[in-house]
Amino acid sequence: MTDIIAALLQMFSFTFMVRALVVGLMVSLCSALLGVSLVLKRYSMIGHGLSHVGFGALAVATAFNAAPLLVSIPVTVIAAFLLLRLSESGLIKGDAAIALISASSIAIGVFVISVTTGMNTDVDNYLFGSILALNQEDLVLSVILTAVVLVLFVFFYNKIFAITFDETFARATGTRVDIYNTLLAVLIALTIVVGMRMMGALLISSLVIFPALSAMHTCRRFKTVTICAAALSVVCFFIGLAISFLYATPTGASVVLVNLVAFFIFYLIGFSRGHLVKSRE
Amino acid sequence: MSILTCAEVAFSYNGSVVVKGLDFNVEEGDYLCIVGENGSGKSTLVKGMLGLKSPSCGSISYGAGIAPHNIGYLPQQNELQRTFPASVEEVVLSGRLANKGFRPFYSAHDRQIVDETLQRLGISDFKSYGFGQLSGGQQQRVLLARALCTAPDTMRMLILDEPMSGLDPLIKQELYTLIKSINQQGVTIIVVTHDVQTAVTYASHILHLEQRQIFYGSAHDFQHTEAGRELIRDSCGGHCLVCGLGAQRG
Repeated sequence: MTDIIAALLQMFSFTFMVRALVVGLMVSLCSALLGVSLVLKRYSMIGHGLSHVGFGALAVATAFNAAPLLVSIPVTVIAAFLLLRLSESGLIKGDAAIALISASSIAIGVFVISVTTGMNTDVDNYLFGSILALNQEDLVLSVILTAVVLVLFVFFYNKIFAITFDETFARATGTRVDIYNTLLAVLIALTIVVGMRMMGALLISSLVIFPALSAMHTCRRFKTVTICAAALSVVCFFIGLAISFLYATPTGASVVLVNLVAFFIFYLIGFSRGHLVKSRE
Repeated sequence: MSILTCAEVAFSYNGSVVVKGLDFNVEEGDYLCIVGENGSGKSTLVKGMLGLKSPSCGSISYGAGIAPHNIGYLPQQNELQRTFPASVEEVVLSGRLANKGFRPFYSAHDRQIVDETLQRLGISDFKSYGFGQLSGGQQQRVLLARALCTAPDTMRMLILDEPMSGLDPLIKQELYTLIKSINQQGVTIIVVTHDVQTAVTYASHILHLEQRQIFYGSAHDFQHTEAGRELIRDSCGGHCLVCGLGAQRG
């Protein structure tokens, strides 16, 4: 036990680990808060699609020596707009639209990289994440992003609930549904871009989906689901990062696996509780 | 006093007309049932009344002093909601949002209105229950409470889109009685329904749609039209009191 504590203390003596911890906790918090609404609105895959778009943008930016965030943020935000509009207009079915955009973005990214710099460890880092890729800029950005998400989320909490529970009713009673949908999409796009280089383009969407799904197994109120998802996401990230430091495993994959374990634990709690209620009746 | 007027209204999606020839007048205190097959344009008309869809021709106008916050709305049931993690209180409170404008949080007054409405509908005990734990009939009562919360004192009109689908007969009866009692308190009721048989016993007026307006008039007159009798017979299988009477008189 003391070994583990000593190792954890040692973990914080590395600047890059502290940076990874701060960025990771911020991104986990934001993605879990936004994730509850996205999962309940059946928009889970938007997060997945956006991370792939982010990968494409990042690859193109690297190939042309542009600042990665400067390119990937606007591109991903625009993609978020497009995905929302496409699924709402019914022009292409939402899930098909996401599959199209995801695959195309990955293809563009891989194509551009192989033509310019050639496939190398950079590509691997983009796809599966690396905490070494984080710099001071990411740290500042993630703190600002979290502050913005928290303020907007608390301020618009009741409206977010209304558009998540019943979009038709919200629209009929005068809530500007489109504005809040767009706000959600933009915030999730930003969260994904900031978290992507650490978690990996292929793994970041799990931070959006897992905590919300786990929390829904045990909580019945929207408020408790949201708080539980946020807390769970932060705890899972911390454990995942610690495991990756102690056992030299990839950070993104470790965090996702911890989330998976948490999901099963919450599922079992929810299942046994439901069973108890039934047997009492 | 006329509360809602539709003048030669038609609706279309992507250029093709889905319903046309809507021309009727709803008086204050009426209980109007909109009946018709699936795809006859009922829900489209409701969207038009709520301002969610503009008519492609004609005009829909409300009487003096009727604004969106005087209108309660119970939307069609939504499969996603059945398992949604929300408490009854959270759901009903969201009916208060229309009055909040930019104010982000609910006040003690809002919570008091919710408590009173839950009491009025006899569902106070469920306040802290999860919405997903409730039966179909209880869920509809909760959504009705949410609609009533929009304007508990100044509500002039309540629009209900297929509120009875999927409920068993006894629960339907209760809900109809409840809606009738709201009507008797002076609120104009507009209900979209498949259940023509019950509609004619509760409603004062019937609007029959089939991609166009087939009939608009009193429920009594509707029972004596050919189309009305047929529709009532179809909906009950010809074994009920209502259409039995209708057939004898016809």
